[in-house]
Amino acid sequence: MRRLTWFNTTALTLGFAFLYLPMLILIVYSFNSSKLVTVWAGFSTKWYGELLQNEAFLNAAWVTLKVAVISSTFATVLGTMGALVLVRAGRFAGRTLFSGMIYAPLVMPEVITGLSLLLLFIGIGLDRGVFTIVLAHTTFSMCYVSVVVSSRLVSFDRSLEEAALDLGCSPMEAFRLVTLPIIAPAVISGWLLAFTLSLDDLVIASFTAGPSATTLPMKIWSSVRLGVSPEINALSTLMIGIVAIGVITASLITKRATLRQQAEERAAVKA
Amino acid sequence: MRRATLILVPYLWLLALFLVPFLIVLKISLSDTALAIPPYTPTLDFSTGWQGFKDFWAELDLENFEFLTTDDLYWKAYLSSLKIAIIATLFTLLVGYPIAYGMANAPDHWRPTLMMLVILPFWTSFLIRVYSWMGILSNEGYLNQFLLGTGLISEPLTILNTNTAVYIGIVYTYLPFMILPIYSALERLDASLLEAAEDLGCSRLTAFWLVTVPLSKNGIIAGCFLVFIPTLGEFVIPSLLGGSKTLMIGKVLWEEFFNNRDWPVASAVAVILLLILIIPIILFQRNEQKQREIDG
Amino acid sequence: MGQTVFEPWNDPDAKPLIQFKNVTKRFGDFVAIDNQSFDIYEQEFFALLGPSGCGKTTMMRMLAGFETPTEGTILLGGQDIAPIPPNKRAVNMMFQSYALFPHLSIWENIAFGLKRDSMPKDQIDARVAEMLKLTRLEQFAKRKPHQCSGGQRQRVALARSLAKAPKLLLLDEPLGALDAKLRQDTQFELMDIQEKTGTTFVIVTHDQEEAMTVASRVAVMDHGKIIQADTPARIYEMPSSVYVADFIGDVTIISGTATPSGDGYDIAFAEGQPDLRAKSDIQLSKGQSCHLAIRPEKVSITAEKPSDAANALQGKILDIAYLGNLSTYHVELSTGQVVKSQTANTRRLSRRSFTWEDEVWLSWTDTAGVLLKE
Repeated sequence: MRRLTWFNTTALTLGFAFLYLPMLILIVYSFNSSKLVTVWAGFSTKWYGELLQNEAFLNAAWVTLKVAVISSTFATVLGTMGALVLVRAGRFAGRTLFSGMIYAPLVMPEVITGLSLLLLFIGIGLDRGVFTIVLAHTTFSMCYVSVVVSSRLVSFDRSLEEAALDLGCSPMEAFRLVTLPIIAPAVISGWLLAFTLSLDDLVIASFTAGPSATTLPMKIWSSVRLGVSPEINALSTLMIGIVAIGVITASLITKRATLRQQAEERAAVKA
Repeated sequence: MRRATLILVPYLWLLALFLVPFLIVLKISLSDTALAIPPYTPTLDFSTGWQGFKDFWAELDLENFEFLTTDDLYWKAYLSSLKIAIIATLFTLLVGYPIAYGMANAPDHWRPTLMMLVILPFWTSFLIRVYSWMGILSNEGYLNQFLLGTGLISEPLTILNTNTAVYIGIVYTYLPFMILPIYSALERLDASLLEAAEDLGCSRLTAFWLVTVPLSKNGIIAGCFLVFIPTLGEFVIPSLLGGSKTLMIGKVLWEEFFNNRDWPVASAVAVILLLILIIPIILFQRNEQKQREIDG
Repeated sequence: MGQTVFEPWNDPDAKPLIQFKNVTKRFGDFVAIDNQSFDIYEQEFFALLGPSGCGKTTMMRMLAGFETPTEGTILLGGQDIAPIPPNKRAVNMMFQSYALFPHLSIWENIAFGLKRDSMPKDQIDARVAEMLKLTRLEQFAKRKPHQCSGGQRQRVALARSLAKAPKLLLLDEPLGALDAKLRQDTQFELMDIQEKTGTTFVIVTHDQEEAMTVASRVAVMDHGKIIQADTPARIYEMPSSVYVADFIGDVTIISGTATPSGDGYDIAFAEGQPDLRAKSDIQLSKGQSCHLAIRPEKVSITAEKPSDAANALQGKILDIAYLGNLSTYHVELSTGQVVKSQTANTRRLSRRSFTWEDEVWLSWTDTAGVLLKE
């Protein structure tokens, strides 16, 4: 019964044009040979070349990647634990505080998270650098992981775990052999979310980085404050391309995996 | 034993890196500025024992908060943040609702792709998405080139570094947060309800007002909060797209901290911002709770 | 009986409320309704019966105004309704899903259509109260749909669609969502309400028992065509085709070739079996193939060959279906043809007279079967 009326078609066309046109323009002008970014002067890939020569950018990219991989991995472990606590641990003293601390960072303005962590690091005399950024990113992204994983855990059929225990697994084995494989897609998408959040973060990193470490967003920030530059256009294009490929592949893989596992789970429960 | 470990590890982590830092902010907001490192007094000195703690306690006061009320920069910044956040949220709703509506009414096999297209920008760098508008909106930018080229205007429009640019930036970056909850509400809407309304005498438009809008109300509310809450403390958008006259509290806090190095005042600004945010956050939670009860 | 008989379709002076005139509806290449013409009269309870995909829902949606005929016209009270949008038609519909507005109370749901007509407040109050009373929902007026049981929701949907006092009420599988017991009670309630309000009802259903119970006339549909439209009794006893005979109730169909004899025909249906005898008005020439449809309850089952039966066949009991009040025997003839016979279980716990593999005789009169052309 659903039809595309002229209204819907117009809304979708204009809406998606609005969402994608700015990025498209950015990509097109990254191949502009002119230094004046708003004037088209012919096709060139020279800005990509210059970008790859730029030590500062490459260093920042390397720092960002390191921070993102480490912090998202820690965040996934801690966040999955947090999700298990939220969904499975039952009642314990301070449960309300715990769930509050899981959900609060999701709505906390970044400037406040950044400021508070900086004040903590200074207070305890921790030298700021890659390590402090990792701590900060792990903390706020573990909350996102918790939310993603706990929503999967809620719909998880516990009789599967009970069956594993009934068949002689220890609780640890039941978790490792039954629960973990089933919630794996959620854990993976949690990791991806944490990874992109870390890659993307400017504000918290700026507060917690200190003078010794600079991440890519910080580098981009200090450069774009001065205005549009063709090098940043090229960098943006690379980042958009990587993300687009990554997200599309990941979503295809996880979609297939989720569908398959849900079907398997359903079949197993029914049979 | 295992259960205790499971609870304690994330619990202690969050206590140490979320709650304690926040308490420090609260404490510093009650301290005085000093030309020292760290640039505030008092500092808690455990070596003097109990007396030290009492002295420390006695020196805390609400002076910074009083300062915030006397200097009109701050309350103007709060008000202007609220104003910008509210207006931007409404604009986002106006732009987002038709898109969500179009998606919900698109043929079934299109919808996963459309969803993907809405989510995709969310994964790309926020900073880059804001930056992409700088080239469009500047005086020599693509928009002005286009408008001048078509002869619609004869003088370039000044959009970049104004509040208009900030609104555009907010609508653009937070649009997916508005679309997704509204889409999920509209998608669940039973088409026969609209036919029933028409059958009982509604025109298409009245059926939309009397049935579609009320039934997507929770999606609209959720979307508005998802845009409003982060917008209120937004820093990147006003800094890149806004002008010197664009006052937003996230920007004030940043400048207070990095440029003026006034930590106690920055902390006080943060505390007030949180207090303001608590109301919409609680309302949002309630709306979600209600939605869950209806679904459950 | 005389004057109380309600049969406007047999009265040449009666004006039909609805007339379908050569109506065809196509969705792309698919023909949903194939050149149909028929009339529905005022105060009728008309049932459209058929398997899913037969076009009955399309028929109803064209009456409601959600679909327009590709060809032909539909007249309501003599007027072409094609240009009238659904919200302007004196036709209301009760949806299969009920389509109750979840954000409105029962009261507001029933008042919804009245408010659209900008009826004065006190009249709305009175009309809603009347509807609540009619459907016995007075105590539930303030509840939301999700706080009501399935049966209550069904009655709200009915009250809402009746509130505007439509000339015609369309019911799309109105009892489909109810369980068997509740459905039976509701069928009678529906008839009662139809009688009280005097509204013309058109019901769409795939449940033949439901159609037979509630309707004054039943139209059996298949592949976009009405095969037969008649009273439930005539549909059952005088089906016009093998399809209708088979679709309504239980039946045995025996195919053979006819030879005219006296006021009926002798039907040869298998080697080594006696010809069957059937009286009929239909015209068949000698050797023309035909079908004899016999309802199981019209076939007697006995141990000995009955001496005076017009038709008698011997066979072996293949299956017995015990239904409580009735038992149905499936008897296989030596040719492999299975004939069904039904007997009432009038005595409690009596010893069954027949069991599996018993050799029995089946018999029926020459008017028991319906003779049908190919």
